[in-house]
Formats: sequence, structure tokens, C-alpha cells
Amino acid sequence: MNQFSHPARRAASIGRAALVHMTLGGYSLLVLCPIVLVLLNSIKTRAGIFDNPLGLPTALTLTLSGYVKVLGNAAMGHMFLNSVIVTGASLIAILLLGAMAAWGLTEYGFRGNRLLSLFLAFGIMVPIRLGSVAILQTMVALNLVNTLTALVLVYIAQGLPLAVMILSEFIQQVPQELKDAARCDGVGEYRIFFQVVLPLIRPAVATVAVFTMVPIWNDLWFPLILAPSEHTQTITLGVQQFIGQYATDWNGVLAALSLAVLPILMLYALFSRQLIRGITAGAVK
Amino acid sequence: MAQVELSKISKSYDGSPVLQDIDLRIDDGELVVLVGPSGCGKSTLLRMICGLEDITGGELRIDGVVVNHLPPMQRGIAMVFQSYALYPHMTVRGNMAFGLKIQGAGKAERDTRVVAAAKALHIDHLLDRLPRELSGGQRQRVAIGRAIVREPRLFLFDEPLSNLDAALRVKTRIELARLHRELAATMVYVTHDQVEAMTLGDRIVVMHEGRIQQAGSPLELYEHPANRFVASFIGSPTINFISATVLSANAERVGLLLQGGTVIDVPADGGQLQVGARVDVGIRPEHMAPVQGNAPAPSPDVCRFDGEVTLVEQLGESHLIYLRLWDDVELVARSPGHTQVRIGDRIALRAQTAQLYVFDSDGIACRRLSSEVLEAA
Repeated sequence: MNQFSHPARRAASIGRAALVHMTLGGYSLLVLCPIVLVLLNSIKTRAGIFDNPLGLPTALTLTLSGYVKVLGNAAMGHMFLNSVIVTGASLIAILLLGAMAAWGLTEYGFRGNRLLSLFLAFGIMVPIRLGSVAILQTMVALNLVNTLTALVLVYIAQGLPLAVMILSEFIQQVPQELKDAARCDGVGEYRIFFQVVLPLIRPAVATVAVFTMVPIWNDLWFPLILAPSEHTQTITLGVQQFIGQYATDWNGVLAALSLAVLPILMLYALFSRQLIRGITAGAVK
Repeated sequence: MAQVELSKISKSYDGSPVLQDIDLRIDDGELVVLVGPSGCGKSTLLRMICGLEDITGGELRIDGVVVNHLPPMQRGIAMVFQSYALYPHMTVRGNMAFGLKIQGAGKAERDTRVVAAAKALHIDHLLDRLPRELSGGQRQRVAIGRAIVREPRLFLFDEPLSNLDAALRVKTRIELARLHRELAATMVYVTHDQVEAMTLGDRIVVMHEGRIQQAGSPLELYEHPANRFVASFIGSPTINFISATVLSANAERVGLLLQGGTVIDVPADGGQLQVGARVDVGIRPEHMAPVQGNAPAPSPDVCRFDGEVTLVEQLGESHLIYLRLWDDVELVARSPGHTQVRIGDRIALRAQTAQLYVFDSDGIACRRLSSEVLEAA
């Protein structure tokens, strides 16, 4: 009657499902382990961390001193804010500029169109860090060292190529007739982009948002070389101040790391429903 | 409403011509159907009238004003697309009102016009739904409604029925005809379906390989096709062709020796024909009938074809009989549904020579003189 009616087939199908779930479960475990470890140890005393790093906190070792220290540190809040500003500003600029560039490159055939696409694709292949020295020199010349602007500019450059590529792919899937219909309705090109095309590629935009947001938030390199001053430090860089040359305040480090994960986790949860749609779009239509 | 004039319109992509020498005049309130096989340029022409494609050469005038370089909006045009092209993220109301909103119409006015159009199309209960919650037929109505609310000077339809199932297509076709009467609007309609073209069009424009083959009323195209292509495109099943040699020709009669040896006399204007030239004779399936019994030899006004039945398609009201005359020549005839014919039977078909069509070696038709005579009789 259905595919599960035959016992042998049913067993085979259960076996297959078990295999898939084991693989996925194992991978999840692998990825989650370090995070869980960080979270667990962030609420243990220093002695508890070193005596039994893998153990659950006991009545003796349980402490929130790390969090108290981090949250009590005024500079910490400031760093948090810096991270939010840099990530937020970069993200908005990347999504807006990336989507508009993708629309321009896919919709309008103009001279140099292919060359420009190729140039942008090149940006995906060459890591931006190779240009660190040149970037630093440029920022010094522009007098932008130790400003958040420097970071935002670099991150926009870093995120745009991938954003343009992914969004181009999705914009190409918007039916031609839909754009034609809008043109017949007398809708201007900017309005077609913002009111017809953009709502349709929302899942793709969410996908790009997650892909770009995470590396920016977690980046240590550019904050370290471009904006290491006290008032421009991002949270990822700031956590390092709990790591001393001779003694490391593990409580503080782990608590700060745990807190740093939170905003990105929240944003991810916000985008993830769209993200899944973005990844599976076209596959099930 | 509008009068549209196309003069010497042409279109080419990267130097290769797609459309050439398109001359057409569409009168106020007329429904003109552009019809032709896929790739003939009919959709491109429609998109050029709309303003979605550039016009390479020639002039397009609406109400006497050249609109070659105006965007669609300023031409006062609304278009209904094959895939409906509804905005998926907007409700039916939003879809229909979007154009008006862009034009700057107030909310009250938008509402009245949308509701009025929705009522006319019987979709007023669907206004708050999203396109994905509608059936194909309903989406089609919304697309038409979106065109109506704009109150355009000219409606363009790009194969609007081809995504509907057969029953719905017939129903919607009838509604479109009614809509055209009620709105008295100028409409241009593109289709590859000749039944749609024949039933809807005040005038049909048959296109092939980027050129207009013939423009005329449905009956004119059927009775007086300009060339072989139009003759074979209009009519179902397709017209039969048999090759023949010209024995004599003048402005009133053409004497022919058909392949197979029959001599016939066709009332057509053979002024352009040379004696001895090869021509094609066209016979429509509906103009042939099985000969009853052993009828005597035909008169010069009637021709007769003997052969073997290879296939019978029963449509209910009629049969389609496929008759093989010689190895490479097969005729299709439509006969009444009660005819008793079986595969393998040897039968004869007869046709009046007055109902035949003659095409010269270039495929150009000799003007038929018979239809008026037949109609009078």
C-alpha cells in the first residue's frame, strides 16, 4: 500500500534514516562541543576549569565571577557597541550595494559588464588579507587608522564580491515578465528594484547576511592592525585583554566569549528561517 | 481608445533581422490577432508596440503621435502576459492597484476602480488573497483586471490563454470576446492557436519569418489566403496539397493536369501563370466527401481521388479519413460522423473544383473567383 509496507524494505529504510541521523548528529556534536565547553567553563571557578575542564560545574566550582567582571567592565560595553556598529554598518552597506550591483550587472547589458563581473568574482578568490599592508598604508594616508570607518570600509570590500555573486544568481531567477509587467505599470527602475525584485529575493538576502555577518563579527585581524586603540576595539579584539603574557584570566575570557556569541546567535535565529528557504529555493519548485 | 499605426517597422538583434517591413493599421476599438508559428516574431512585435523592446527602424504611431521612444507607461498601454506576471508578494488588490499608485491616484479612487474591475471579472471575493492562493483561471482574471483598472488606450495580450487547461481556455476565450465588446477597447492579441485567432479576431495578421504574410478578416484568410503558408496555417486539419501542371490559364480559369493524370478546370485568376508551369493545388479536408457507390466519371467541375484508407480518426460529429493516393501523397478528408469507412477500404473522394485553391511555384495564391459564386448559389 505504501513504501513501508514490506518488512525488508521498511528495515532498509530505517537503516538508511539511522545512518543519515548518525552522520548529522555526529557532525553537530563536533561543532557544538567547543561552544558547550566555553559556556560550561565560563560559569566555573578558575580552579574548577583547570582541575576538570570537561566536567559540569558543581556546587563548589559554580561561579558567575567571570560575568560579573566582564559586565562590570565599562570598556567591555563600549567594545560591544563597536562590534555592533561595525558589523551592522558593513552588513547594511554590503546588502544594499551588493543587491544593487547584482541587479545592475544582471539586468542591464552595458559595455564592460562581463569584465566588471569578472573583476568582482576575482575578489572571492583572492583573500583580502593579502592586501593588509597596502590597506594599512592607505588608511594611514587617509588618516583613518583607529577609526571604525576604516573597518567598515574594509569589510564592505571583503563582503561585496560574494554578495554580488549570490544575489546575481537569485536576481536572474526573477521572471522577465514580472519586470516587464512592472515597466508596463510605469514603475521606475529603482522602484522595480526595491518593490518588486528585492522582496522576491529576500531569502537570498538573508543567506548573504548570515554568510557576511559571521566573519565580520569574529574578525580579529583587521581590528588588530587598523583599529587597536582602546576606544575602537571590537569585542573579539577586546577579549584578548583578559589574556595576559604571564597570567590569563580564563573566567573573564570565557565569559566575554560567551557573551560575544549571543548577538550573532540572535541574528542567526532571526535570519535562519529565511536562510533555509534561500538554500533550498529552486530545489523544490 | 486608440488607433495604432505601424509603418515600415523593423527589428534586428546584432544586425540579424527579426522583423522586416511591418505595415499595419489598427483601428479604434478593433481586436487584431497576431498569429504565426513560434519564432515568427509576433511576440517581439507586441513587445515593441508595448515599449519593452527598442524599435530598430520605422515608426510606431498611436493616435497619430510617434511613440517610438516613449516608455510603456506614456504610451497608455496595458499588457497581459502569458505567465500572468502577478507580483507574488502582493495581494490581488495590491497587484491591481500598484500601477494606479505609481501614477499617483488617491486611495479612494484606487479602491473604487479596483473594486469595479474586480466585480466585472467576478474576482471581488479574492481581493485580499495572494496570487499563490489562486487557481490558474483566477490568476488570469487578476492579470486582466490589472490591465483594466489602468484604463489604457490599448490592450496587449501575449498568449494569455496558453497556460490554461482546454475547458477553461474556451470559457476564458468567450469572456475575452465579451470583454472586448463591453469595453470597446483597441486590443492586440498574440497567439499561436488558430482557433483563438479565428474566434476572437476582428482581423487576423498571419506572420511568418519576421514578415506579415497576410492581414484580413478570419473568413477572408480562409477563403482567399494570399499564399501557401497562410492556407496551411488557417484551417484544421491542415489543407492538402497536390502538385499539378498548368495546361491553360487566363484571368478566369486555370486548366490543370493533376499528379495522377486527372484533368480539372479551376475557376481562379491564372493571369500570372505560364502554361507548363508546376503549381500546387490546395484542397481543404472539409471540402471533400466520399463518393457514394460507383458514381459515373466526374464532370470537369468535380474531381475525384481514388485510394486506400490508412487511418480513420473519429471525432464524433465527423470522421477524419486519411486516404493514400500514391506512395507519397496522402489526403485528409473530413466526412460526416455516420460514414461507414474502415482502414484498408478502397474508396473515392470527390471535391468541387470551385472549392480548390491554386498556388504558383513561389507559393503565391491565384485569386479564387468561386467563393462569391458559391455563396450566391
